[in-house]
Amino acid sequence: MQLEEQTITIDGQKIPFQSGQTIMDAALAAKIYIPHLCYHPEFKPHGSCRLCTVMVNGRYESACTMPSVAGQEILNNTKELNENRRALTQMLFVEGNHICPGCPKTGNCQLQAVAYYVGMLSSHYQHFYPYRDLDPSHPDYVVDFNRCILCELCVRASRDVDKKNIFAISGRGIKAHLIINSPSGKLEDTDFAVGDKAAFVCPVGAILRKRTRYTTPIGERLYDKQSIRIVGDSQQLHAGATKYGRK
Amino acid sequence: MIESLEGKRGVPRNRPPFPVTQGYLNKPTVVNNVETFALAARIAVYGGDGFAALGTKQSKGTKLLSISGDCLRPGIYEFPFGVSVREVLEACNAQDTQAVQISGAAGTCLSAKEFDRKIAFEDVATGGSVMIFNRQRDLLEVVRNFAHFFVHESCGFCTPCRVGTSLLKNLVEKVYTNHGTADDLKDMSYISQVLKTASHCGLGQTASNHIADTLKKFPEIYHKRLLVEANFEPAFDLDSALEDARQITGRKDEMAYL
Ligand code: SF4
Ligand code: SF4
Ligand code: FES
Repeated sequence: MQLEEQTITIDGQKIPFQSGQTIMDAALAAKIYIPHLCYHPEFKPHGSCRLCTVMVNGRYESACTMPSVAGQEILNNTKELNENRRALTQMLFVEGNHICPGCPKTGNCQLQAVAYYVGMLSSHYQHFYPYRDLDPSHPDYVVDFNRCILCELCVRASRDVDKKNIFAISGRGIKAHLIINSPSGKLEDTDFAVGDKAAFVCPVGAILRKRTRYTTPIGERLYDKQSIRIVGDSQQLHAGATKYGRK
Repeated sequence: MIESLEGKRGVPRNRPPFPVTQGYLNKPTVVNNVETFALAARIAVYGGDGFAALGTKQSKGTKLLSISGDCLRPGIYEFPFGVSVREVLEACNAQDTQAVQISGAAGTCLSAKEFDRKIAFEDVATGGSVMIFNRQRDLLEVVRNFAHFFVHESCGFCTPCRVGTSLLKNLVEKVYTNHGTADDLKDMSYISQVLKTASHCGLGQTASNHIADTLKKFPEIYHKRLLVEANFEPAFDLDSALEDARQITGRKDEMAYL
């Protein structure tokens, strides 16, 4: 028996989905861009950055956590939703310390790329200028807490894939921050290593490999050339994209 | 709460799945408060007819209200659903009421014009809290308190609530200390809307209600404090930033302003 293909509609375009797929999964498979930062196809969705907020049958939902259900009418690329996203992006910028011209990630950074996409011209809101540290202790990696956006991708990768549990979020509310699980709180005192999944997932310039940061000149980097809407996530360039939980 | 019971970090879960199907340890779980259990017991023992005869068509039965603030007889009251705010104010002997905050800091702020509205799911829904503010109160003080409260209550999981509550608090403080401008009020109302539409859980989605409500219903509490009619005041105060250096050096920095 031929199963009837199940579809959802995003901005008027009908797309198929398989059961178990979220709206984000189905959209990506159909090459529709829904802005996101904490989503990564290989991990259980987190739903914290809220960039992917869409309108599903008249209700606001996060596309990365919302299961696809046949017949859903979804609004994604609308002026209102993109303005919302711009405000969220601005919030992430003022919450941390993002000095893009001095950041090795510039041009490959998803936060910056989303900011371009939603037309962010300034951070608009008052900067918090939090005092945050830099941890250069590890021989191969540097962690710059100033740029962490709390997406928990490194937390999930280290816990669920590497089985090392090196990263965690501590503190509540605006005081929530990334910590390193070692007695000294330093990365050098963990078994973090070059091949770890957690070393590849940071969407921003918070976890950086040393001595490779300027191998591609600024101006020739991923998002210098093309919009994130077209090229997608920087971390997935190397992904063999197995969906979490399934092979 | 379920996350905490399982020994995890107390942040709200992604739903669906809802607790009825997958709650504590992924088993079906009933999550209700004491009032619900008490009423369910009453219905189980005495039958539902008497209970259903009270209240309105859509909101049957009674509701416990915890009344506090500017009234002579604060306390716990039981009313049938459909009671008007005015009747509640009369029952607890509240005089000269300016505003009533229903359902806590995250609820609805009603002005005197709305006192004929009814406590019921189809009109003003409430968890039970009723706070009364008379005309001697400065409502912006109330807003300030709530804004600080939500900064403290935000768990920090999602962007709009984690950052937005602090931005709102800072803007309320800016207005309160007479540094606010018309643009700040616009920002407050926009941030309020982003919290409502984009937050992960009910806390964030309602954390800006008090600001959106008071901006709409009591604009004068903000406007009378605006520094100037100008649209913009820099967040950076040059004079106060230079103050220490001026004290030490005895300079006046006439050239500081170009
Ligand atoms: S992490 Fe991204 S947004 Fe932040 S400073 Fe670096 S390039 Fe800019
Ligand atoms: S360090 Fe990077 S991956 Fe880890 S939580 Fe922060 S932004 Fe996300
Ligand atoms: S991508 Fe959906 S909430 Fe972050």
